[in-house]
Amino acid sequence: MDPFFIITSLLKIVGILFVVILPMVSYAVYAERKVSAAIQDRLGPNRVGPAGLFQPIADMFKLLLKEDFTPRNVNTFYYWLAPCLAVMPAIITIAVVPFGSTLFGVPMVIADVNVGILFVFAIASLGVYGIVIGGWASNSKYPFLGGIRSSSQMLSYELSLGLAVIPVFLLVGNLRLTSVVRYQIEHGWFIAPFVGDWMNPWKWVLAVPMIISFLVFMIAIFAETNRLPFDLPEAEQELAGGYNTEYSSMKFALFFLGEYAAMITGSAVIVTLFFGGWHFPGIPDGSRGWIFGVINIAVFFAKVAIMIFIFMWVRWTLPRFRYDQLMRLGWLFFFEIALVNIFVAAWILAYFPSS
Amino acid sequence: MAITVPRPKLNWRERLYLPAIVAGLAITIKHFKNMLLGRTKVTMQYPEQKWDSSMPDHYRGAPALVRDADGRVRCVACQLCEFICPPRAIKIVPGEIPSTDRFAKVEKYPEEFDIDMIRCIFCGMCEEVCPEQAIFLRKDYAITGFTRADMVHHKEKLLEIGGVMHGVVLKWNEKK
Repeated sequence: MDPFFIITSLLKIVGILFVVILPMVSYAVYAERKVSAAIQDRLGPNRVGPAGLFQPIADMFKLLLKEDFTPRNVNTFYYWLAPCLAVMPAIITIAVVPFGSTLFGVPMVIADVNVGILFVFAIASLGVYGIVIGGWASNSKYPFLGGIRSSSQMLSYELSLGLAVIPVFLLVGNLRLTSVVRYQIEHGWFIAPFVGDWMNPWKWVLAVPMIISFLVFMIAIFAETNRLPFDLPEAEQELAGGYNTEYSSMKFALFFLGEYAAMITGSAVIVTLFFGGWHFPGIPDGSRGWIFGVINIAVFFAKVAIMIFIFMWVRWTLPRFRYDQLMRLGWLFFFEIALVNIFVAAWILAYFPSS
Repeated sequence: MAITVPRPKLNWRERLYLPAIVAGLAITIKHFKNMLLGRTKVTMQYPEQKWDSSMPDHYRGAPALVRDADGRVRCVACQLCEFICPPRAIKIVPGEIPSTDRFAKVEKYPEEFDIDMIRCIFCGMCEEVCPEQAIFLRKDYAITGFTRADMVHHKEKLLEIGGVMHGVVLKWNEKK
């Protein structure tokens, strides 16, 4: 371990966590409120600062200063552990996502591990423990139901989540996320593999399983992050708030932030896998000068922001599924679609030799 | 008796749900776009914009006491408003006007006149019942205070809200 590597890694961790992810989480809450307001013909927060821009800061102070009430019959250890477990996985996952090309010769990814996407799935699945433990430790019926729902929902959709990305890696032949981005720069984004190679018919055929793969993966990410239309664990109308009913103050806020952090990480993974990561046609990577390295990072987070907007747009359009519908959808449709999709993609790759 | 609710038969397009989802997304993005372009009408932004200018003359806001053209408090402490007030918000302590005073023949004046604005229901009965046209409901509606005591309007506050009323009650002029 040379000291240069340690120092740059530390800088990247601190930079990405405190300069990008945490502000992004708090402003995602603000954006959510503004977007929902605009969709519902309201104005949204507009009191604190210009256009309500300081609202997240005010919210943070409010949540920090509130009474942190612990109900008497909870299992204290797990009750305290659950909010931490809810935030941690989402933040850890961002470590393997390449958020830029290079900056002064330093690769803009915290840990470029060769198990990339497996690491993402492994850590992201831990997110369910925060909810399940929180629901169980609260010693109350509604949170318990929320936790149970969450665990079965995660189990059902993890399958289609994992299966949906296999076509991507059939093409890349490598689980490393940086090589996924590298492949997309050379061969076109996976959402539209025909771009730049318009005359090649097999790329047009390849677009079909890729788009199906993207749709299934995105829907599974919706379910993984407990966003509407899959927010069964925190169904306000049925469960009085679900798994976080017994929580107050900053512990509640951590659950809340965990959801948004998971949303940001999910968007980042989607962007990396299907939208070419930090690549934008015509913009060279960081080896041509540091300014391009910065632009690449900006492009990546702009794409993530667009993905987050889509998350919000879907949330404020679709109503929640009934529980049996959710299970039917997961096991009878997305699982099968993803499975068949793998074979279709493999067939295409076998019969149409890649260039 | 059980009633069988007829379920609509869905065709394959409706059972796919995707067209409905896309239509829903189109509707929400239309509303979003209209809001961003400023085409959506939103509600009045209250503290910045107020509806005071379009308030009718008969608006029933906070009750207030008035002075007449001579600067005399019109109220003669007859206590009719105190008796009629449905929530008993008004409290009057009558006092006697000394015989040396210019308006000695009025005999009584309110030493204290308190209206508890927590209790007041803005019904306007005090205004209707007043034989002297001394109490009016004005256009103040944002009555606030930090304590219950703040919310009691004393005589000075009531006169400040009321101001001077030039009016028809002239019977207490010295000349009459």
